Amino acid sequence: MSPRATTPSQDFFRGVWRENPVLVQLLGLCPALAVTNTVANSLAMGIATFFVMLGSSILVSTLKRFIPGEVRISAYILIIATFVTIADMVLAAVVPEIHKALGAFIALIVVNCMILGRQESFASKRPVGRAALDAIGTGTGFMIALLLMGGVREVLGNGTFLGVPLFGDAFEPWIVMILPPGGFFTLGLLLLGLAWWEERKTEPVHPRSWPHGVTDQVRTGATFGAASSGFGVPDSAGPGSTGPEVGHG
Amino acid sequence: MGELLLIFVSAMLVNNFTLVLFLGLCPFMGVSGKVGTALRMGGANVFVLTITSLVASFLNTFVLVHAPYLRLISFIVVIASLVQIVEMTIKKLSPALFRELGIFLPLITTNCAILGLAIFQTNRGYGLLEGLFFALGAGAGLTLALVLMASIRERIELADVPSVARNMGLVLIVAGSLSLAFMGFAGLFSS
Repeated sequence: MSPRATTPSQDFFRGVWRENPVLVQLLGLCPALAVTNTVANSLAMGIATFFVMLGSSILVSTLKRFIPGEVRISAYILIIATFVTIADMVLAAVVPEIHKALGAFIALIVVNCMILGRQESFASKRPVGRAALDAIGTGTGFMIALLLMGGVREVLGNGTFLGVPLFGDAFEPWIVMILPPGGFFTLGLLLLGLAWWEERKTEPVHPRSWPHGVTDQVRTGATFGAASSGFGVPDSAGPGSTGPEVGHG
Repeated sequence: MGELLLIFVSAMLVNNFTLVLFLGLCPFMGVSGKVGTALRMGGANVFVLTITSLVASFLNTFVLVHAPYLRLISFIVVIASLVQIVEMTIKKLSPALFRELGIFLPLITTNCAILGLAIFQTNRGYGLLEGLFFALGAGAGLTLALVLMASIRERIELADVPSVARNMGLVLIVAGSLSLAFMGFAGLFSS
């Protein structure tokens, strides 16, 4: 019946890291970039999204037998919008200054494609418990990504973490990090770092330490050979890559 | 008239929806691979933004004064159904235009720029005409950002980029540089 059987722990952990909505799937980028200029804002946004995600996943999964296929997207959006309205009102009542800082982006949780995507691809096909687990996992993954961005941007751009000064007076804050370009730069560098990490993980493992009997002579010879073949690659790739440029000129 | 022009330029350059306010990033990342596609997407966006602005003005004047807590729900439902109706109408009346815009129209419904426009317009208390200029400026800004990005990405395709940067990381860094350039417009009106 189900497309692919998964265990409960897989349902939970998939969203946290392996299929992290922001860092891997690039969903929900608008809030991830727009409100992460301080850790407090990121945290509030993360919690609000988590709540909406969990509530709508449970409700969609509960009502899946009663929602006709033709109007399912509209029904999901209605359910999500209801929870967002609740979150909006609660935030306005409990933390008015953060609600003001987040502005329209609380309301814009409705069009966060991450939430709609999970309803369409998971909650509408699975039992309530699994849907809730998946929502908690994905919500946690979203929050991790937001806090990562918020941490980097607040520490570098303001020299503080959650408002607590970290560096002495001599620290000159990188103002650009809390401005809009800083959001693009931070996420871009995070993605580059993750790609580099993935690539390094998939590289064949080289022996780090030499066995006891290997002499210095053999070792330098081996490393020299590896180095020269390493240098050889860019040389041979050079003409091919510069070719189109020359053609254009 | 000067006031309206100010709203237009402000929405297009100073508060560019994509590069400064981070609205509508999904199409910005998704369909900015080719200039032609980017232009069509921009056109579809201008179209939907204009309709949304008109509908939001109407809702604000006649419905939501009585029930402000229904704002979000009514906006999203009305916008979604309206885009659906527009899509069906275009399909019936002009199949050629439908083929041009086809894939993008339903995608636009869940684009945060559209709902964002309706909410900003309400928060700032824009009337019908002001809202219309706001929508046109926002649409022009989105199109500008999309086309700029697509032109750069067409060049990146041919460049010798390290394998690590062949994913969205590089695109985001480029977007950051564009955003940095757009920050320069911030001083346009204050002086």
